[in-house]
Order: sequence, then structure tokens, then C-alpha cells
Amino acid sequence: MTDISALERQILDTIASAADEAGLETVRVSALGKKGAISDLLKSLGGMSPDEKKVNGPAFNGLRDRVQKAIAAKKLELEAAALNARLASERVDITLPVRPEAAGTVHPVSQVFDEVVAIFADLGFAVAEGPDVEFDDYNFTKLNIPPDHPARQMHDTFYVAKQADGSQHVLRTHTSPVQVRTMLNQKPPIRIISPGRTYRVDSDATHSPMFHQYEGLVVDEVTHLGHLKWVLEEFYKAFFEVTHVELRARPSYFPFTEPSLEWDIRCDRSGGQIKFGTGNDWLEVAGSGMVNPRVLENCGIDSGKYQGFAFGGGIDRLAMLKYGIPDIRSFFESDLRWLKAYGFAALDIPTLDGGLSR
Amino acid sequence: MKFPLSWLKDHLETDADVQTIADKLTAIGLEVETVEDAGARVKDFVVAYVISADKHPNADRLHLCSVDVGGKEPVQVVCGAPNARAGIKVVFARPGTVIPVSGETLKIGTIRGVESRGMMCSGRELLISDDHDGIIELPDDAVVGAPAATALGLTDPVIDISFTPNRGDCTSVWGVARDLAAAGLGKLKTPKVEPVAGKFPSPKTITLNFAGKPACPFFAGRVIKGVKNGPSPVWVQDRLKAIGLRPINALVDVTNLISHDRGRPLHVFDADKLSGNVQARLAHDGEKLLALDGKTYTLDSEMCVIADDTAAQSIGGVMGGEDTGSSETTTTVFVESAWFEPVSVAATGRKLQLMSDARYRFERGVDPEFVVPGLELATKLILEWCGGEPSDIVVAGEVPAWKREIAFAPGTVERIGGLKIEKERIVEILTHLGFSVAENGTALKVSPPSWRSDIDGAADLVEEVVRIYGLEHVPSAPMTRPNAIARPVLTSSQKRRRLVRRALAARGFNEAVTYSFIPRAHAALFGGGDDARQLENPIAAEMDALRPSPLPSLLAAAARNQARGFTDLQLFEIGAAFQSGLPGGQQTFAAGIRVGAGVRSWTKAAHPADAFDVKADVLTALETAMGSPMTAPIKAKAPAWYHPGRSGTLALGPKVLAVFGELHPSVVAAFDLTGPVAAFELILDAIPDSKTKKTSFSPSPYQAVERDFAFVVNASVSADEVVKAAKAAERALIETVAIFDVYEGKGVPDGKKSLAITVRLQPKDKTLTDTEIEAVGQKIVMAVAKATGGTLRA
Repeated sequence: MTDISALERQILDTIASAADEAGLETVRVSALGKKGAISDLLKSLGGMSPDEKKVNGPAFNGLRDRVQKAIAAKKLELEAAALNARLASERVDITLPVRPEAAGTVHPVSQVFDEVVAIFADLGFAVAEGPDVEFDDYNFTKLNIPPDHPARQMHDTFYVAKQADGSQHVLRTHTSPVQVRTMLNQKPPIRIISPGRTYRVDSDATHSPMFHQYEGLVVDEVTHLGHLKWVLEEFYKAFFEVTHVELRARPSYFPFTEPSLEWDIRCDRSGGQIKFGTGNDWLEVAGSGMVNPRVLENCGIDSGKYQGFAFGGGIDRLAMLKYGIPDIRSFFESDLRWLKAYGFAALDIPTLDGGLSR
Repeated sequence: MKFPLSWLKDHLETDADVQTIADKLTAIGLEVETVEDAGARVKDFVVAYVISADKHPNADRLHLCSVDVGGKEPVQVVCGAPNARAGIKVVFARPGTVIPVSGETLKIGTIRGVESRGMMCSGRELLISDDHDGIIELPDDAVVGAPAATALGLTDPVIDISFTPNRGDCTSVWGVARDLAAAGLGKLKTPKVEPVAGKFPSPKTITLNFAGKPACPFFAGRVIKGVKNGPSPVWVQDRLKAIGLRPINALVDVTNLISHDRGRPLHVFDADKLSGNVQARLAHDGEKLLALDGKTYTLDSEMCVIADDTAAQSIGGVMGGEDTGSSETTTTVFVESAWFEPVSVAATGRKLQLMSDARYRFERGVDPEFVVPGLELATKLILEWCGGEPSDIVVAGEVPAWKREIAFAPGTVERIGGLKIEKERIVEILTHLGFSVAENGTALKVSPPSWRSDIDGAADLVEEVVRIYGLEHVPSAPMTRPNAIARPVLTSSQKRRRLVRRALAARGFNEAVTYSFIPRAHAALFGGGDDARQLENPIAAEMDALRPSPLPSLLAAAARNQARGFTDLQLFEIGAAFQSGLPGGQQTFAAGIRVGAGVRSWTKAAHPADAFDVKADVLTALETAMGSPMTAPIKAKAPAWYHPGRSGTLALGPKVLAVFGELHPSVVAAFDLTGPVAAFELILDAIPDSKTKKTSFSPSPYQAVERDFAFVVNASVSADEVVKAAKAAERALIETVAIFDVYEGKGVPDGKKSLAITVRLQPKDKTLTDTEIEAVGQKIVMAVAKATGGTLRA
């Protein structure tokens, strides 16, 4: 009996002191292997009397079980230690930067374009487009600006070189020719907005020879100035994401509308930043009017039956106002720093449900 | 147009202050640009009297003055002005007054030990003149303690309004007053023009000499003899100066005054310099005229001139001639008051690139009924200022017809303007504006006045009514929603553009928007630069060509950014590429560039921009746009601005969808860029509409198997050929074929390369046995061998 206790103590000590899995395996073989001490004991049971077996059987088996358990426990312990050691050796400097990935941006003009479309789409305005190089007839004459009309002087038109067929065309000075194209091709009711690039021979601190306009056109049998006012109010509220705006109309003149109006929005510029719906300043935001009956007729629409309004403003200008961009010319310089500062993330998609801006 | 308030008050009886007038002008469509009110700047300054001016006890050049500023006690002031002396009246600033020149508030100060309780001001300190040699000395009759503005004559604010091109009737102070009176801001009091009786028959006759429609249908004139030309009266000179005109002499000033006062351009000829009689006619082609601006103009047969018996002496309605203009020695004049066709004047002015006050008015339409009254008014003023004796008036032609009637249903105001206004009020507004209104059943018969040539229909009358009634009264009216829940509005091409834009931004590209016009030399590098795509009047010489692609502007932008120290760039633009100078000759491109040797990183070697980067960009963009995998074949060729061996074209049949690749080194060099540069041009308009719909999908329950093969093929064999052949070997089983290794070098014979593919087999009805897999493998090897001559690598 004492032999067994001493043997058990000796084996368990050896297990406890095993330094690694290999050491532990040596212990296991010496105790439980074919020729191991415990295996020998178990084998000796075969030569014992039933009485001896009765006593030694449970003792030897119990010894075997305890040693097996101790080895298993030690094995787990050694494995955990080995894993810990490996993990410790695999440590990285997690403050190192990630692999380089460029962060792309969407230009403010595109973003504001999407914002404007989101708003007007909700009111059933389709998006109409036309070419940058435009017929003089569509850019001017059909819009009630005949060749010698003084209003042509206001337009500072770019002319494209005379073509081989003798024709000469202009870079559109506004997106109104898109209205002409729409009316020539579509019967009322019409609700469109026409955003796009426009060109004027003009370059200074507040003018760029290329800029972006959006225009709206509604032609049906009932739409009047009150609807125009409502649409603009709703638009600016939605666009500037404020609960209230105040607009002021001034009579103006555009050959393609009659009556013609320009709109100012009440704003507050006192804090260095512009706020809408409050304050004592007025800022011009749109030109507009009821479509001149002559224009309707020029486009094959019965002006006795149909009427409607048109309005327009600058997309670049909207972007400047909403996002605090100071200089229109900077829009087209492609300065990487500017593009990153004023650009929008790819997934910043303006929606009415999620909000136009963050 | 500028005018001082006092001039307006010659025509308008009103108590309204300048701000009220300015606000009303803007509200009725005569937009006020500025109100220059010098008086407002000096409103806190008062008139003071210098009682005594002694030497400052501690300074030789300073005066110690006692000044009466209208209070109980005189005020002690230290003043350094050399002209400070007892007995003069001065402009005085009390402590607390803001001094215009410095913007600072004046404080009680101590100067060389003596207290000074105010300041006597120079013209410069008040910003009313450059004079800073001494203090202002006011006239003796200035009232002590009263505002200095009055004594300084600064009570007359100048209003500057900008006109819309339709309001020719408002290009005069009279016209502005007329509109203000109609808007209820006072009463029009313009004196009626009285005729001046002629003393003798005009020695000059007038003829209108036109074959067709006369460019000058009505012409009145008269001779005034015995005039003495010289400076015009001071009040006239002051007025002209106030509106930015230079007084010349009485005979010229009279025309400028009447032009701005009444909107009636006139011309005064020196009659002694005219040979024979006067006629209006079209110029002869090539006829030359030295105009009053000192330039010689070459005229053509569409331009109207006023001529004498020998030659053209004035460009009708635009500018007089130098040779027959009035001078200090003029004693006999011929005064012209004519009416020119607006279109003719506009065309002439445009062709000659000549703007003048006369043209500005004639092309907007001047009052045809004021031709003779204008002449009478000029006669009266010339006689007053220069003396002389007038002839009878001679007239040629007739007042051009201007009377017309517009049928106007009063309900139109509400139908178009959204504003409910009583019929009586409508009639009243129109009448105040000079329209005559007659009842005609349910409608009105409205006749515009002679000065409103811009009115030609009911819509114009609506505008007149609502602008005078007040646009602020138009109530907002909600529009109907065509559908309770909004339907999609974007076209497929608009959606594609949006998707491609955001896909490229998601791939790290910064979107740029660049000018559509670029230097011709740049355009030429990209297949453009021909004559048909040039601008006739570019904003700058180096922006003269319509771009054939957005690439050149992106490359120029990249070069600018590199100059700022940003070497690695990804830029893209979605915009027009012009294939011709015709409307419709443009396509929408999504073009992008990747520039640079790659960002250095601790994780891996820098990766220079290459053809496979932009190939991935193009494929991603296309697949995003189409919503389905891009299966169009890629051809190893691209336009000349790409690297001939590192570029490709993606086309569906003959329709090119995209070109991409590394840019040709000579193009990179032309833009002074540090490369490499890889670029792509995606023709968004060429992308077919997406037809893919989601279909039902049932994954196979059987085990998929992957097998690798390495082939040795001729180096000229493209990877695509191998993949295609392998795929075709057993279409029902082979799901994908992917290239995972390309090798040339040791172990592979010269002129050959090794291409390794992995093939994924996906059975649909049973698990594959080893024998079946082996059989497919054999088929693949044979198919590749047949298509490319490749052999399995040992």
C-alpha cells in the first residue's frame, strides 16, 4: 500500500513539474505506457488471488484514473501556456496605420444636383436635359429673344465656330433651351426641372464663364403665380432644411416670361454664416415668371388653353449658400484640398426620408 | 441709371424719404442698385462758429479755440489747421461722433496739456473731398448748431437703378417719376412742353430717303441761328456731374440733359458745317464716319445715317459725327429729333460695337409722341442758355403707329397672377400708368400709352397690375400632387450617371468639375482641336477649344495639384465630351485618372497606377451602371493617347463602351506630370439599359470541386483565350475559371509562358466521382490545346 502511495506521489510530482508537452508525454509513457509503472501494476493483477484482486484492483485502477486526470489537466495547462506564449510573440503595433486607401468624394455641384432632384421628384418634376452646344433658335429666338433684342446683350454668349454646313451654334447661356425641347416634344401637363452646365463670357470674383443652372417648368391649364410662390417656398425650405422661409418677389424682365419676377430670400448674415428664415437681409435666389404666351406658341402649345411658370437659379450658388463655399471660381479649379474639404462621401446620398444632408 | 433725388422731385411731388422711394422702385421692378447718400455719412456733424482762436500755450502750430456749437456755453477745442481763426463757420464733431475717414469715435482728448472737447473737420475727414490742408469753411449764412449736411449741400442722395431691357419708358427721370406716381408715391408734376414759335422758315429741309421700310420713319428738326455757345448753367453742370457725365458746352449739355430728363435723345449739328439739306438714309457700303468718340467707323447699307448733301454726318440713333458737331464757335445749329427703328439701332450698334446713351434708349424704344415736344424743349433751353432765333419746325415722315388695343378680361389677373383684384382697382392701376381703358362687354379694351412699346398682350397687363398692386399680396397656392406617393422620375441614363459617380467616389476618386473649353493643343492630343470645335470668342486664348474628352482638363488639374505637392491622385469627372461643334454632337463621359507611383506604406511596396487599376475601375463602373456582370470582350487596343501595349477597349459589337489603360508617356510629358498615369474614358451614353431582373435561385446540394491546371502556351496567347477554351470544355459543369498565376522565365522555354488556372466544377444532379472529374480534366486540357496550342506544364 505504501508503495502505491509513494508511487502516486512520485508520478504526480513528475507531472506537475513537466515543463512542456514532451516532458508530460515522457511521464505518461513511464506511468501508463506499455511498460509503465502503473501498467505493470495493472498487469500484476492477473496473477493475484480474488481477495487480493478485490483490494488491489480498485486501488490500481483508482491510481490510473487519477494519474490520467492529472496528465489531462496538466496538458490543458501546458497548451494554454503555449498559446499564450505564441500570442505574446505575435503582438503587433496596432497604432500603425492601415493599408493606404484613397477616400473619394462627390463634387458639391453633383451633390446639390441630387438634392434638388430629390425635392422636385417628390412633386412629380421629371429631369430634362439638353446639349451644351445649342441652336441659337432654341437658346434665344424660340424664347422670344429675336436676334436684335436688347436682352441678348445680357447674355454674353459664347459662339462656336461656323460649321462646315454654314450653321453657327452657341454654348447655351441658360438651361431654358431644354424647356423649349421639352415643350416641342411633350404635350402638357409638363413638370420638369432642367439642371445643367451653362456658359457666359464673364469672369470675375462672382462670375465664372461656366456655371450650373437648374430651371423648373410647369405647363398645364391652371398653374399661376401663387403656385410658383408655393413651389419656391417649399423648395427652399426643403433645400436649406429649415422649417420656415420668407420670400420676396420683385418685378423683373425675362423675354420668355410675363409677368417676370425675381425672388429674394430673407436671411441673416450677421454671424459670418448665413441663416435662412430669419434676419434682416435679402438675398437674390431665383428668376422666374409665367411662361410668355409667345414662347408657348413658338413651341406649339396653345397659349389660350395652357399656362404655367418657369423659374431658375444657380446650382453652384445653392451649394455656396448651403455649404458656405466662398468663391464660385474655386468650384472648377480641381484643387484636391478643396475637393476633399467641400466634397461629399460616396454614400452620402441625399434622400427625403433620411435628410438631404447629414 | 443714376439721378439725384432733387432731380426726381422736379417731376414728382412727394414727401417720401429716399429710402421709401428706393424700396418702392425696387418693388415695382426698377431695381435700386445703390443709394449714395453723402449726407447720411455726416448726419451727426453740426455747424459751429469759431468765437476765438488763440495760440496754444504749449505748441506753436496749434490753436486753442473757443467754439459756439449752438449750446449754452462755448466749447474749448484744440485745432492744428492753419486756417482756424475767429469768425469762421466750421463743421464740428462732438465727442462720440464717428469720423468717416478713420471710422473711429471721437473722444474728449488732451493735446499738449490742454483739453479739447471736439473737432473741427476737413473735407477729407468727412470723406467729401480730398482737401486736408485745412478745415472746411462754411458760408456765413450757415445756422450754428444745425446739421452740417445742409450747409455742405449734401442733402441730395443719388439713386442708381438698373433697368430691365423692356423698360425703355423708364430711361429718364421723367419716366421713373411716372412709374412712381402710378404706384401711389406722389403726384407727377412734369411741366408741359410749350411750343416755341419759329421766326423764319427753316433754311434746311429734311427728307427720308429709304427704298423699303424706313429705319427712320419720323424726323423733326429746326435751325436756330445766332446762338452763342459756352458753358451751360451751373445747375445743369452739377446735374450732369451728379449722374457721371462730363459737361461739355451748352449745346451738347442740352441734349444730354433732355436725354436723361425725358428719355429723348437729340442731336445738335453745327448747321454751317452741313452742306445743303438733311436726309435720313441707309449708309453706302464702306462709307466712313468719324464719330464723336474720336473713332472712325466703316458703315454698311443696313445702317441708318443722317447725311447732308455730300456724306453721312451722324450714325442714326447711335452717335453724331465729329465734323458737324457743335463747338465753341458754333453760331447756327440744326437740332435733330428723330425716331429710329429699335431693331435697326440695335443691329447697327452691335455691328459697330458702339454703345451710347442714345442707342441704349432707341433700342429699348423711345416715345414716338415726344419727337416734336423734345425738339421744342431743346429749343427753349437753347434759347435760354445761348440766345438765338429759331426757325419753323420741319418734319419728315409720320409718327410711327403705336396705338393698339388689347382685349383684357379682368379675370386674367387672377388666372395668371393668382391674385384676386377688383375690376375697379385693375382699371385704376392701368389708368394711372397712362393706359386708356374702355369697357367692352365682360372684357376691357386696353390701349397702352405711346411710351409703353413693351406692352403687347394680356400677360403684360397682368404684370402691370400685379407689380403696382404689389407682388407681396400674391398668396402661396399649393400645387396638386400628380401621385399620392411620388413615382420615380429619373431616366435610365440619369440613374446610370448617378450610380457611376458614386461607385467611382467609393473607389477613392475625387470628383472634379472642369471647364468644357480647353487649350487647343490639349484638345489635339485627344483627337480634338479641329476648327469646327473652336470657340469664336473664348474667354481667354488658352480656353478656345471644346474638349473632346474630360481627360485633358483632369490631367491639367492633376499637374496643378502635383505642383502643390500632391503626387498621387485619383480624379474623375462626369461630363460632356464634344465630338463636333453641332448640337447633339456631344457624349457624356465618365473619365478618370490615377496618377503617381503609389502611396508608400509600411505594409507593402508602393503600387504605381497601372492598366489593371483602371480596368477594375471601368468594370466596376460598368457593372454598377448595368446591375449585371460585364461580359463584353476586351480588345488590346485603344486610341493614340494611351500606351499602345498597356491599354484596352471594351465594346459591345461595334459600340465602344470604354477605353482605358496607361497613358502614352508623351501625353503625360505634355502635361508636365510625374507619372505614371492610368486613365479611362467610359461613354455613359453607350451603356445599354439594364435588363437584368432577379430570377429564382436554387443552390446545388452537391459538393463542388476545384482543380488546378498549368499550361505552357506561346507568349502571344492571351489569358482570355485560355479561360474561354477551358470554360467551353464542359459548360454544364464548369462554374468558373480563374487565372491564378502567369509565369515567364526559367523552366519555361523562350517565347512561351505558363498560365495557371483553377477550375471550379459544380455538379447539379449528383456528386462527381474521381473518374468523372478526371474526364472533365482531360476535356479541359484538350480544349485548351486545341484553341491555343498549349500543353499541360510538366
